[in-house]
Amino acid sequence: MSIILRPGVFNIHRSMSSMAGVVENTIRSKLLSTLDAKHLDVINESYMHNVPKGAETHFKVVVVSDKFDGLPLIKRHRLVNDILKEELQTGVHALSIVAKTPQQWETSDKVIESSPNCKGGFGK
Amino acid sequence: MNSLLRRSIFPIYNNSLKLTCRSFAEVPVKEKIDEIVKKNKVVVFMKGVPEAPRCGFSNAVVQIMRMHAVPYDSHDVLSDENLRQGIKDYSNWPTIPQVFINGEFVGGCDIMLQMHQSGELIEELKKVGIKSALLTAEESKKKEENK
Repeated sequence: MSIILRPGVFNIHRSMSSMAGVVENTIRSKLLSTLDAKHLDVINESYMHNVPKGAETHFKVVVVSDKFDGLPLIKRHRLVNDILKEELQTGVHALSIVAKTPQQWETSDKVIESSPNCKGGFGK
Repeated sequence: MNSLLRRSIFPIYNNSLKLTCRSFAEVPVKEKIDEIVKKNKVVVFMKGVPEAPRCGFSNAVVQIMRMHAVPYDSHDVLSDENLRQGIKDYSNWPTIPQVFINGEFVGGCDIMLQMHQSGELIEELKKVGIKSALLTAEESKKKEENK
Protein backbone atom coordinates (compact mmCIF):
# COMPACT_ATOMS: atom_id res chain seq x y z
CA MET A 1 0.00 0.00 0.00
CA SER A 2 1.45 3.32 -0.94
CA ILE A 3 0.52 6.39 1.00
CA ILE A 4 1.33 9.49 -0.93
CA LEU A 5 2.47 12.31 1.30
CA ARG A 6 0.34 15.39 1.23
CA PRO A 7 1.78 18.55 -0.23
CA GLY A 8 3.39 20.85 2.29
CA VAL A 9 0.67 23.44 2.15
CA PHE A 10 -1.75 21.17 3.99
CA ASN A 11 0.83 20.45 6.63
CA ILE A 12 1.11 24.16 7.27
CA HIS A 13 -2.61 24.41 7.92
CA ARG A 14 -2.33 21.51 10.25
CA SER A 15 0.56 22.86 12.25
CA MET A 16 -1.32 26.13 12.58
CA SER A 17 -4.07 24.36 14.46
CA SER A 18 -3.34 23.70 18.09
CA MET A 19 -5.35 20.49 18.16
CA ALA A 20 -2.91 18.35 16.09
CA GLY A 21 -5.80 16.80 14.15
CA VAL A 22 -7.18 13.94 16.22
CA VAL A 23 -10.26 13.64 14.03
CA GLU A 24 -8.17 14.07 10.90
CA ASN A 25 -6.01 11.13 11.92
CA THR A 26 -9.03 8.98 12.70
CA ILE A 27 -10.56 9.77 9.31
CA ARG A 28 -7.28 8.90 7.62
CA SER A 29 -6.80 5.59 9.37
CA LYS A 30 -10.43 4.51 8.91
CA LEU A 31 -10.43 5.21 5.19
CA LEU A 32 -7.02 3.62 4.70
CA SER A 33 -7.90 0.40 6.43
CA THR A 34 -11.49 -0.03 5.26
CA LEU A 35 -11.05 0.99 1.64
CA ASP A 36 -7.46 -0.10 1.20
CA ALA A 37 -6.91 3.32 -0.36
CA LYS A 38 -4.25 3.64 -3.03
CA HIS A 39 -4.19 7.37 -2.57
CA LEU A 40 -5.65 9.39 0.23
CA ASP A 41 -5.82 13.06 1.07
CA VAL A 42 -7.58 14.25 4.19
CA ILE A 43 -7.76 18.03 4.11
CA ASN A 44 -8.99 19.98 7.08
CA GLU A 45 -10.87 22.92 5.56
CA SER A 46 -12.26 24.14 8.87
CA TYR A 47 -10.06 27.24 8.82
CA MET A 48 -12.16 28.45 5.87
CA HIS A 49 -15.23 28.57 8.07
CA ASN A 50 -16.68 30.44 10.96
CA VAL A 51 -15.36 28.07 13.64
CA PRO A 52 -12.75 28.37 16.41
CA LYS A 53 -9.09 28.02 15.49
CA GLY A 54 -7.95 24.42 15.41
CA ALA A 55 -11.48 23.13 14.90
CA GLU A 56 -12.04 19.90 13.01
CA THR A 57 -15.45 20.46 11.52
CA HIS A 58 -15.01 20.74 7.77
CA PHE A 59 -13.09 18.17 5.77
CA LYS A 60 -12.41 17.20 2.22
CA VAL A 61 -11.26 13.69 1.43
CA VAL A 62 -9.77 12.41 -1.79
CA VAL A 63 -9.94 8.62 -1.86
CA VAL A 64 -8.65 6.36 -4.60
CA SER A 65 -9.66 2.75 -4.13
CA ASP A 66 -10.36 -0.42 -6.11
CA LYS A 67 -13.46 -0.83 -3.98
CA PHE A 68 -15.17 1.94 -5.95
CA ASP A 69 -14.96 -0.12 -9.12
CA GLY A 70 -18.40 -0.51 -10.68
CA LEU A 71 -20.10 1.65 -8.07
CA PRO A 72 -22.05 4.74 -9.13
CA LEU A 73 -21.03 8.03 -7.55
CA ILE A 74 -23.80 8.06 -4.98
CA LYS A 75 -22.87 4.60 -3.71
CA ARG A 76 -19.21 5.58 -3.42
CA HIS A 77 -20.19 8.60 -1.38
CA ARG A 78 -22.52 6.54 0.77
CA LEU A 79 -19.68 4.09 1.42
CA VAL A 80 -17.37 6.87 2.62
CA ASN A 81 -20.15 8.51 4.65
CA ASP A 82 -20.85 5.18 6.29
CA ILE A 83 -17.23 4.55 7.24
CA LEU A 84 -17.09 8.01 8.81
CA LYS A 85 -20.56 7.82 10.36
CA GLU A 86 -19.31 8.27 13.90
CA GLU A 87 -17.24 11.33 13.02
CA LEU A 88 -20.15 12.87 11.13
CA GLN A 89 -22.38 12.41 14.14
CA THR A 90 -19.88 13.81 16.62
CA GLY A 91 -18.64 17.09 15.26
CA VAL A 92 -17.68 16.73 11.61
CA HIS A 93 -20.13 19.01 9.97
CA ALA A 94 -19.09 19.09 6.32
CA LEU A 95 -17.48 16.35 4.29
CA SER A 96 -16.63 16.89 0.68
CA ILE A 97 -15.75 13.68 -1.14
CA VAL A 98 -13.75 12.88 -4.24
CA ALA A 99 -13.95 9.13 -4.82
CA LYS A 100 -12.14 7.60 -7.77
CA THR A 101 -10.92 4.20 -8.91
CA PRO A 102 -7.14 3.88 -9.52
CA GLN A 103 -7.79 3.97 -13.28
CA GLN A 104 -9.86 7.15 -13.00
CA TRP A 105 -7.24 8.71 -10.76
CA GLU A 106 -4.42 7.94 -13.19
CA THR A 107 -6.25 9.51 -16.11
CA SER A 108 -7.45 12.53 -14.15
CA ASP A 109 -5.47 15.74 -13.83
CA LYS A 110 -5.16 15.03 -10.09
CA VAL A 111 -6.01 18.60 -9.30
CA ILE A 112 -8.40 18.91 -6.41
CA GLU A 113 -10.34 22.12 -6.37
CA SER A 114 -10.83 23.82 -3.08
CA SER A 115 -14.33 23.82 -1.60
CA PRO A 116 -16.61 26.80 -2.11
CA ASN A 117 -16.26 29.75 0.20
CA CYS A 118 -18.18 29.77 3.41
CA LYS A 119 -21.32 31.88 3.58
CA GLY A 120 -21.35 31.97 7.32
CA GLY A 121 -24.34 29.74 8.02
CA PHE A 122 -22.45 27.66 10.54
CA GLY A 123 -21.83 28.83 14.08
CA LYS A 124 -23.95 31.93 13.73
CA MET B 1 -52.28 3.13 11.65
CA ASN B 2 -50.65 5.26 14.28
CA SER B 3 -50.22 8.10 11.87
CA LEU B 4 -53.80 7.83 10.68
CA LEU B 5 -54.98 8.14 14.23
CA ARG B 6 -52.77 11.11 14.86
CA ARG B 7 -54.00 12.83 11.75
CA SER B 8 -57.63 12.57 12.68
CA ILE B 9 -57.04 13.90 16.18
CA PHE B 10 -54.73 16.61 14.97
CA PRO B 11 -57.29 19.29 13.98
CA ILE B 12 -58.73 19.25 17.50
CA TYR B 13 -55.35 19.83 19.08
CA ASN B 14 -54.53 22.39 16.50
CA ASN B 15 -56.71 24.91 18.30
CA SER B 16 -54.27 25.05 21.13
CA LEU B 17 -51.56 27.61 20.44
CA LYS B 18 -48.93 25.60 22.25
CA LEU B 19 -49.45 22.62 20.04
CA THR B 20 -49.64 24.66 16.87
CA CYS B 21 -46.06 25.72 17.49
CA ARG B 22 -45.07 22.10 17.62
CA SER B 23 -47.16 21.09 14.64
CA PHE B 24 -44.19 20.05 12.53
CA ALA B 25 -43.05 17.67 15.23
CA GLU B 26 -46.56 16.29 15.64
CA VAL B 27 -46.83 15.20 12.02
CA PRO B 28 -44.06 12.65 11.54
CA VAL B 29 -41.22 14.45 9.79
CA LYS B 30 -40.75 11.57 7.39
CA GLU B 31 -44.31 11.93 6.07
CA LYS B 32 -43.90 15.66 5.71
CA ILE B 33 -40.65 15.26 3.74
CA ASP B 34 -42.21 12.54 1.63
CA GLU B 35 -44.89 15.02 0.64
CA ILE B 36 -42.38 17.81 -0.05
CA VAL B 37 -40.08 15.80 -2.31
CA LYS B 38 -42.95 14.39 -4.33
CA LYS B 39 -44.76 17.67 -4.83
CA ASN B 40 -42.17 19.12 -7.21
CA LYS B 41 -39.88 17.64 -9.83
CA VAL B 42 -36.78 19.20 -8.35
CA VAL B 43 -36.47 19.93 -4.65
CA VAL B 44 -33.42 21.35 -2.86
CA PHE B 45 -32.85 21.28 0.90
CA MET B 46 -30.30 23.94 1.66
CA LYS B 47 -28.95 26.43 4.18
CA GLY B 48 -30.54 29.78 3.55
CA VAL B 49 -32.63 30.67 0.53
CA PRO B 50 -31.65 30.74 -3.18
CA GLU B 51 -31.42 34.57 -3.07
CA ALA B 52 -29.12 34.37 -0.04
CA PRO B 53 -27.53 30.97 0.56
CA ARG B 54 -25.81 30.70 3.93
CA CYS B 55 -23.32 27.99 3.03
CA GLY B 56 -20.87 27.71 0.16
CA PHE B 57 -22.02 24.21 -0.72
CA SER B 58 -25.65 25.28 -0.86
CA ASN B 59 -24.65 28.27 -2.94
CA ALA B 60 -22.86 26.00 -5.43
CA VAL B 61 -26.03 23.95 -5.93
CA VAL B 62 -28.08 27.12 -6.42
CA GLN B 63 -25.61 28.32 -9.06
CA ILE B 64 -25.81 25.00 -10.91
CA MET B 65 -29.61 25.15 -10.91
CA ARG B 66 -29.44 28.73 -12.17
CA MET B 67 -27.11 27.76 -15.03
CA HIS B 68 -29.52 25.08 -16.17
CA ALA B 69 -32.52 27.36 -15.47
CA VAL B 70 -34.17 24.62 -13.45
CA PRO B 71 -37.41 25.49 -11.68
CA TYR B 72 -37.15 24.07 -8.18
CA ASP B 73 -38.64 24.14 -4.76
CA SER B 74 -36.20 25.00 -1.97
CA HIS B 75 -36.36 24.50 1.78
CA ASP B 76 -34.18 26.25 4.33
CA VAL B 77 -33.06 23.75 6.97
CA LEU B 78 -31.61 26.51 9.16
CA SER B 79 -35.09 27.79 9.87
CA ASP B 80 -36.36 24.41 11.02
CA GLU B 81 -34.31 22.13 13.25
CA ASN B 82 -36.74 19.24 12.76
CA LEU B 83 -36.31 19.46 9.03
CA ARG B 84 -32.54 19.77 9.36
CA GLN B 85 -32.26 16.46 11.21
CA GLY B 86 -35.29 14.94 9.50
CA ILE B 87 -33.92 15.26 5.99
CA LYS B 88 -30.63 13.65 7.02
CA ASP B 89 -32.49 10.67 8.43
CA TYR B 90 -34.89 10.53 5.50
CA SER B 91 -32.21 10.17 2.84
CA ASN B 92 -29.58 8.60 5.11
CA TRP B 93 -27.19 11.34 4.03
CA PRO B 94 -25.25 13.28 6.64
CA THR B 95 -24.84 16.67 5.00
CA ILE B 96 -26.73 19.61 3.49
CA PRO B 97 -27.48 20.53 0.67
CA GLN B 98 -29.54 17.66 -0.67
CA VAL B 99 -31.14 17.49 -4.09
CA PHE B 100 -34.18 15.40 -5.02
CA ILE B 101 -35.34 14.78 -8.56
CA ASN B 102 -38.75 13.15 -9.05
CA GLY B 103 -38.93 12.29 -5.36
CA GLU B 104 -35.60 10.52 -5.40
CA PHE B 105 -32.47 11.59 -3.59
CA VAL B 106 -29.80 12.40 -6.16
CA GLY B 107 -26.94 13.73 -4.07
CA GLY B 108 -25.28 16.67 -2.40
CA CYS B 109 -23.00 19.40 -3.72
CA ASP B 110 -20.12 17.15 -4.88
CA ILE B 111 -22.42 14.88 -6.86
CA MET B 112 -24.38 17.75 -8.42
CA LEU B 113 -21.12 19.39 -9.46
CA GLN B 114 -19.86 16.20 -11.08
CA MET B 115 -23.20 15.53 -12.77
CA HIS B 116 -23.10 19.06 -14.10
CA GLN B 117 -19.56 18.62 -15.42
CA SER B 118 -20.22 15.23 -16.99
CA GLY B 119 -23.46 16.29 -18.67
CA GLU B 120 -25.39 13.72 -16.69
CA LEU B 121 -27.51 16.42 -15.09
CA ILE B 122 -28.92 17.45 -18.47
CA GLU B 123 -29.96 13.84 -19.03
CA GLU B 124 -31.53 13.45 -15.59
CA LEU B 125 -33.49 16.66 -16.06
CA LYS B 126 -34.64 15.50 -19.48
CA LYS B 127 -36.07 12.35 -17.91
CA VAL B 128 -38.45 14.44 -15.82
CA GLY B 129 -39.35 16.77 -18.67
CA ILE B 130 -37.09 19.69 -17.81
CA LYS B 131 -35.00 21.06 -20.61
CA SER B 132 -31.73 22.49 -19.37
CA ALA B 133 -30.96 26.03 -20.48
CA LEU B 134 -27.46 24.82 -21.36
CA LEU B 135 -28.98 22.38 -23.84
CA THR B 136 -31.18 25.07 -25.34
CA ALA B 137 -28.15 27.33 -25.71
CA GLU B 138 -26.17 24.56 -27.35
CA GLU B 139 -28.96 23.84 -29.82
CA SER B 140 -29.39 27.43 -30.89
CA LYS B 141 -25.64 27.69 -31.35
CA LYS B 142 -25.73 24.68 -33.66
CA LYS B 143 -28.63 26.18 -35.61
CA GLU B 144 -26.65 29.34 -36.10
CA GLU B 145 -23.71 27.36 -37.41
CA ASN B 146 -25.88 25.44 -39.87
CA LYS B 147 -27.41 28.58 -41.33
